[in-house]
Amino acid sequence: MRLTNEQIERYSRQIILKEVGGKGQEKLLNSKVLVIGAGGLGSPALLYLASAGVGTIGIVDGDKVDITNLQRQIIHFTEDVNKEKIYSAKEKIAKINPHVRVITYNTKVNASNIREIVREFDFIIDGTDNFPAKFLINDACFFEKKPFSHGGILRFQGQTFTYLPENACYRCIFDSPPPKGVVPTCSEAGIIGVMAGLLGVIQASEAIKYILSAGQLLTNKLLFVDLLNIEFRTINFKKNKNCPLCGENPKIKDLIDYETEICDLKN
Amino acid sequence: MYIKVNGKDYEVPAGLTVSQMLDFFKINKDHVAIERNKEIVPKKDWENILICEGDIFEIVTFVGGG
Repeated sequence: MRLTNEQIERYSRQIILKEVGGKGQEKLLNSKVLVIGAGGLGSPALLYLASAGVGTIGIVDGDKVDITNLQRQIIHFTEDVNKEKIYSAKEKIAKINPHVRVITYNTKVNASNIREIVREFDFIIDGTDNFPAKFLINDACFFEKKPFSHGGILRFQGQTFTYLPENACYRCIFDSPPPKGVVPTCSEAGIIGVMAGLLGVIQASEAIKYILSAGQLLTNKLLFVDLLNIEFRTINFKKNKNCPLCGENPKIKDLIDYETEICDLKN
Repeated sequence: MYIKVNGKDYEVPAGLTVSQMLDFFKINKDHVAIERNKEIVPKKDWENILICEGDIFEIVTFVGGG
C-alpha cells in the first residue's frame, strides 16, 4: 500500500513524528480497531481513531441516542436524538474522514456474539457502561488472545489499563463483578463529560500506540484519574496466579453472561 | 503503626486484619480490590491476614461507567 498525496497531506502532522512516519501511517490505515459502546468513552475514541486514519473501525452498540447522552457523548448531536448510536457515529466518522471503513454492529455484546466480533479486529476498546460487559470483554479478549483497553468512569474519576495477551487481565485485580446494585452507575452517581472525554482519548491513544508499536502501553499498570483534584496515579499490578481466568488453576473456561445493569437506562 | 495506602502514609492501630483496616478507613468491601506489597490479596483472606508496619496497600475501587 502506498500513501496517496491526499493522505500524505491529511496526516502530515503525525507523519512527521518519528514514532509514526509513512510506515506508521500505513500501519494505521491497514489496522482494524473495535470500539464497544458508542457512549461517553467510545465517542471521543471513535473521533480520534477516525481522524488519525485507522483504516477500519468497528462500532458495537444497540442503543439509540438519548438527550441525556449529549452532555458527554460528543459524537452524537442534538439532531441525532432517537437515532441508532451506530448510525449517528458512522455519519460523523464519514464527515471527519470519508476514507475510514466503518463496520457497525447494532447489538449489545453477549456471550454468544462477542468472540466472533472481536476476532475480526486488531485492538478492542471497552467503552461499555456496565460490569457484566466489562468482564465479558476481558474474558473474550483473553480467549481470543486480543489486546484491549479497559476504561471505567464515574463522577470526576476514571480508571484504565491495557491488556496484552500473557499479561495481567481485569480479573487479576477484580476476580468477579461487584454484587448488583452495590457500585453506583453513571445515571445514579453522575459523570462529568470531560472525564469521559479524557479517558476515551487515552484509550484511543493506547490503540494507536499499539498499532504503531510506539512508546509504553498501560500494561500491568492501572491509571487512575481524579479530575476534581487533578490527580493522576499509576499503580503497577501483575499477572495474578490466583486469577480465575488467566491464573495457574483457572475456574473460568467459557464466557459468562452476568445480569446486566445498564448505566444509561433512563428511569 | 504506619502503613501506606494509595501512596499516602497513615497511622493505624496495630493488629488489624485487612478487613478491619477497610472498616477503619470506612471503605465498602464490595467496592474494592486490595493489593498489598504488590500482590493482590484474595477476598477470602481479608479476614485472616494481619497488616504489618510498613505495608504498602493499594485500594482499587470498581469504576464501571462508560
